[in-house]
Amino acid sequence: MNTITLTAYIDGIGLLGPGLTGWPDSRPILAGQQAYQNQTTVLPSPALLPAAERRRSGAIVKLTLATGLEAVTAANLDPTTLPCVYTASGGDGQNCHEICETLASDDRHISPTRFHNSVHNAAAGYWSIATGAMTPISVLCAYDASFGAGLLEAMTQVVVDNVPVLLIASDTTYPEPLHHARPIPDNFGIALVLSPRQSAGSLASINISLTGDAADTLDDAALEQLRRGIPAARSLPLLQALAQERNGRIVLDYFEHLRIAVAITPC
Amino acid sequence: MKPLLLSHFTATSCIGRGLEQTLDALRHNRSGLAPCTFETVDLATWVGEVAGVDEVCIPPHLADYDCRNNRLAQLAFTQDNFAAAVQAAAAKYGLQRIGVFIGTSTSGILETELAYRRRDPVSGALPDDFRYATQHNTFSVADFTRHYFGLTGPAVAVSSACSSSAKVFSSARRMMAAGLIDAAVVGGVDSLCLTTLYGFNSLGLTAAQACRPYDAARDGISIGEAGAFALLERAPAQLPDDAVLLLGVGESSDAYHMSSPHPEGLGARMAMQAALGAAGLTPGDIDYINLHGTATPSNDAAEGKAVAALFGATTPCSSTKGATGHTLGAAGAVEAVICALTLQHGLLPAGLNTRQLDPALTLDYLLANRTQAVSHVMSNSFGFGGTNCSLIFGRAH
Repeated sequence: MNTITLTAYIDGIGLLGPGLTGWPDSRPILAGQQAYQNQTTVLPSPALLPAAERRRSGAIVKLTLATGLEAVTAANLDPTTLPCVYTASGGDGQNCHEICETLASDDRHISPTRFHNSVHNAAAGYWSIATGAMTPISVLCAYDASFGAGLLEAMTQVVVDNVPVLLIASDTTYPEPLHHARPIPDNFGIALVLSPRQSAGSLASINISLTGDAADTLDDAALEQLRRGIPAARSLPLLQALAQERNGRIVLDYFEHLRIAVAITPC
Repeated sequence: MKPLLLSHFTATSCIGRGLEQTLDALRHNRSGLAPCTFETVDLATWVGEVAGVDEVCIPPHLADYDCRNNRLAQLAFTQDNFAAAVQAAAAKYGLQRIGVFIGTSTSGILETELAYRRRDPVSGALPDDFRYATQHNTFSVADFTRHYFGLTGPAVAVSSACSSSAKVFSSARRMMAAGLIDAAVVGGVDSLCLTTLYGFNSLGLTAAQACRPYDAARDGISIGEAGAFALLERAPAQLPDDAVLLLGVGESSDAYHMSSPHPEGLGARMAMQAALGAAGLTPGDIDYINLHGTATPSNDAAEGKAVAALFGATTPCSSTKGATGHTLGAAGAVEAVICALTLQHGLLPAGLNTRQLDPALTLDYLLANRTQAVSHVMSNSFGFGGTNCSLIFGRAH
């Protein structure tokens, strides 16, 4: 197995999911000091967007902007300086459903806004419009492996280009009938600011490598259900180790037979 | 950046299957665009449909992946012995040491569009034969490519609209530089579907005739479909003179609007500048620019201004979308392959269909083929969401 190790510092975290509202409130839950309660994800309105865009923004835009901004603010960085890796296992599910329904009807006229919101990089585009960041954004999808793919892409940018990078992973739900084919239970987003150098605010250093070892599972049944049910929540073992300020090695899910080992050292 | 070798490459679009047909079409200024007869589409527009996609047979063990987009992918990567080259690289480096990076915008959405016509009249359920993961999902085409070749390393779909398969070169470059992989299958595949045809039509961006990039009277795009692939490897010390190298990649975001480019082409200019910086070249070193040139009024105006600001008016350039149509998420890879052919054959391809160049855009836009020695070429790809990527390729000698 590949023995290459990539190193970065985690300088900021954004988190929004069912019963997990922001990193500060989620930390004691993931550390096991507070019971986890699965409650529907609450999505804030994206204040940074102009009113027209704000009104039309779907769940994936709200989720992406909220987690991205939380991570960048926590890292005390200017978002216009950060290249971004955006990964999502699907686009805007509601929007996709509406388009397919219209195209299957007698009147195939779809609205221009629906169409431009259908691109997989819509939320990434809104991120750059909202923050004014003209930095590059890598926009990725790897189905259930989407978080792992985003983490690898972000880590290679940190190491090869020697710059801090913002990683955002967002997954939202589909309405029926697509929900039956892709039963993502709720909206879940995570963002990490990853930096090549340690700073005063660094939370931990991570060393990642590819491995054949099995992915870690979570002891809490409800959190484990979340991890299995939503691709972006495959990040939970990493977040749990960070919440517990634990020194150690965890394994994150990626593909069958290929996973990502993360050695974590709190700063 | 360290140059990377395009050790093999291939493209299939409406102008031909594989390199020989593609080069022949470019040499003879042959466009593949025709009035749209695709599926049940009732729009007065032209498209670049690839002939024979529906006849492609997906291997039985990958039957779950069967959809038009993956059929087009297979049709493309089985041309020019590309599949054999990937297998040879797998034997050399190991199955896990080859990454897969495929750009697509709509992947297999056509299957979902068709499935929505067959919903259960009572429950509204989709038909039982609809397979979301392997047909609809954006990752489907990258996963299909990975499984077709039996590769077991990192894989990803890049989906940033019409810059997708230019940006695959960037992701692959970094993963190779980081040492996670030794080689990469990069490419782009997008196929005709109702979402893009009716979608671009709703924005008033589809031309009623074959698209006319950089024409004063240009009135929109002709949507095409294509699959194009390259095998990237580290460049060895000894290379044949006509070996094609990836020398630079530059990326930016407009941060301006979801479906209109920055009017002055600021993001485009930043991407081109970054690519030159990565390659260690100056504008004067570029012998030809394969423009994004979609033929929408706003794209060509913004790109034209950006190119003129950076290069002046003397660098030969053209858009090959008059021949291939705008193949959306496959455009970056198709035009990378056209750039490779330009370098190997000294053929600067004319932009087709353009009758009266836009006088506001002062460029050396090629209305006829030009033959000359070529050392360095640039390819531009921009997309919805304000995503920009420029690539620079060069000959080994």
